[in-house]
Amino acid sequence: MSSRAVVRELRGAYAFVERNVNLIKRYWGWELVWLIYSLTNALAITYIGNGMGAITGQAIDTQAVVKYLLVGALIWQYLSVIFYAISEMIAWERWEGTIEYTFMAPVSRPTHLVGTTLFAIGYGIIRTLAILAIVSAFFRLDLSGANITGAVLMLLAGSVSFVGLGIWAAVLPLLYPERGAQMTNAVAAILLLISGVYYPIDTLPQWLQPIAMSSPATYVIRGMRSCLIDGDATSTLLPTIGLLVAIGSVVIAIGLFVFRYVEGYAKRAGRLKRSG
Amino acid sequence: MCTTALDVERVRKVFTRKERMPRPAGAPRFAPRRVRREQVVALKDIDLQITKGEVFGVLGPNGSGKSTLIRLASTLLLPDAGALRIFGHDIEKEPYAVKQLINRVSVDAAFFKKFSPLENLMYAARLYGMPPSEARPRMRKILTRLGLKPTTFTQPMEHMSRGMQQKVAVARGFLTSPVMLLLDEPTTGLDPHSKRDVQAFVREIRETHDATVLLTTHDMEEADRLCDRIAIIDDGRIAALDTPGGLKARVPSSNGERTSMEDVFIALTGRSFEDAEAAKEVAT
Repeated sequence: MSSRAVVRELRGAYAFVERNVNLIKRYWGWELVWLIYSLTNALAITYIGNGMGAITGQAIDTQAVVKYLLVGALIWQYLSVIFYAISEMIAWERWEGTIEYTFMAPVSRPTHLVGTTLFAIGYGIIRTLAILAIVSAFFRLDLSGANITGAVLMLLAGSVSFVGLGIWAAVLPLLYPERGAQMTNAVAAILLLISGVYYPIDTLPQWLQPIAMSSPATYVIRGMRSCLIDGDATSTLLPTIGLLVAIGSVVIAIGLFVFRYVEGYAKRAGRLKRSG
Repeated sequence: MCTTALDVERVRKVFTRKERMPRPAGAPRFAPRRVRREQVVALKDIDLQITKGEVFGVLGPNGSGKSTLIRLASTLLLPDAGALRIFGHDIEKEPYAVKQLINRVSVDAAFFKKFSPLENLMYAARLYGMPPSEARPRMRKILTRLGLKPTTFTQPMEHMSRGMQQKVAVARGFLTSPVMLLLDEPTTGLDPHSKRDVQAFVREIRETHDATVLLTTHDMEEADRLCDRIAIIDDGRIAALDTPGGLKARVPSSNGERTSMEDVFIALTGRSFEDAEAAKEVAT
């Protein structure tokens, strides 16, 4: 690829970053509502840990439970932002009515994806840090023994696989103009259920546990807990990080292939716009 | 570069429409409803060639297949049979090359409604790889030429009238200096003043740029005034193709007045525009 073509693709990728930032600025009211919802959700779940002693009537290490739940809530918060930002890239365009213009532009789908991913990672980090800052005012969160470098590496590796899952889910609004966006919510809810976000996966029914092991979120959240709560060294996390990058690469490659196939189908069936 | 701007070779496009049938009388409410699939043929083996630099009109009633043709040329649809090439590039095999040559203005001015015209145009410019330093002055120049006041450039699009939004859509179409411009009923629903502005701009572009224009319309006067050649399309088929003068010459004047394109349409298809649209509505 010539340097001119690279600059052209970079401009294309930046178009999606700038557009999404502008959308956040214009829909700031929605953003505020969504932030309050996420924050109260994280607080409500973490308060369950605070109240465990009172609920069970037994002496419980409340701090450990609070940390366990809080790490799960925050990491899920970040991963779900990545997932929704990618999976809704089609749904947003449908909602605004601009999908045909974006698909008609000389921008490759990987470039479209790179732009959306860059935005998603930046937005996810800012949003999660904002929630962490507010939650810290409610709970005493001691992260002095945490391995922050390892946590950052783990989070980036986990982002790769969630980008891939987002691409898979983005296919749904392309296939089903009316119900596709709702279907992506169902995918996120299933991931939340099976990935050990708020409880160890061995508490799930036996038949569900192999499925839980196939979710990349299971490894991200487990790895993040070992970094932030147990303070495990980065070297011990490398196998998990490698596994996440490998899973993510495969999921992205298959996702792009499936997306391209479904885009072709949508163009043949006239599904980019509902009326033929 | 190839001198045939658009080559449409025996293109056929069929859509499948699904319709849920009513439950049979006496069937329980939870019984599943049968789904009937119906094939709607939008284009029936169309052949068409447009020469570089030409303003080519496709005239037809609603539902005749005009927009399907434009959306095929825009790479937004793929043909079920036949081939469609833009300057020699096949839309199915070389979509990226085609996309670099085209832009489109459609009847529905689709924008990010909360964005301003400048934000929407900058998004389009970046998608087409235009450097911002080149895009910014050009955006302002085209918007001003189309009669928009500078104070509206930074206002949200949702506060603009339909006519103003359509002018921004026209500006977006021209911003990237496409070699082939696809105009899908660009003046439908506009007030007479906005309509004149847009038509004048199309004429100006034709005179000052080396662009080829494919214009679909159901406005007979517009087709007559702007186009070098016109294809009359009815029910997915080309009923006639000639220069506006050539088409009118085929139909003798019946009442001593000049032959209009409407007379031509009735004579060549055997029905009026209104009848053709009503028939399409009944069929669908």
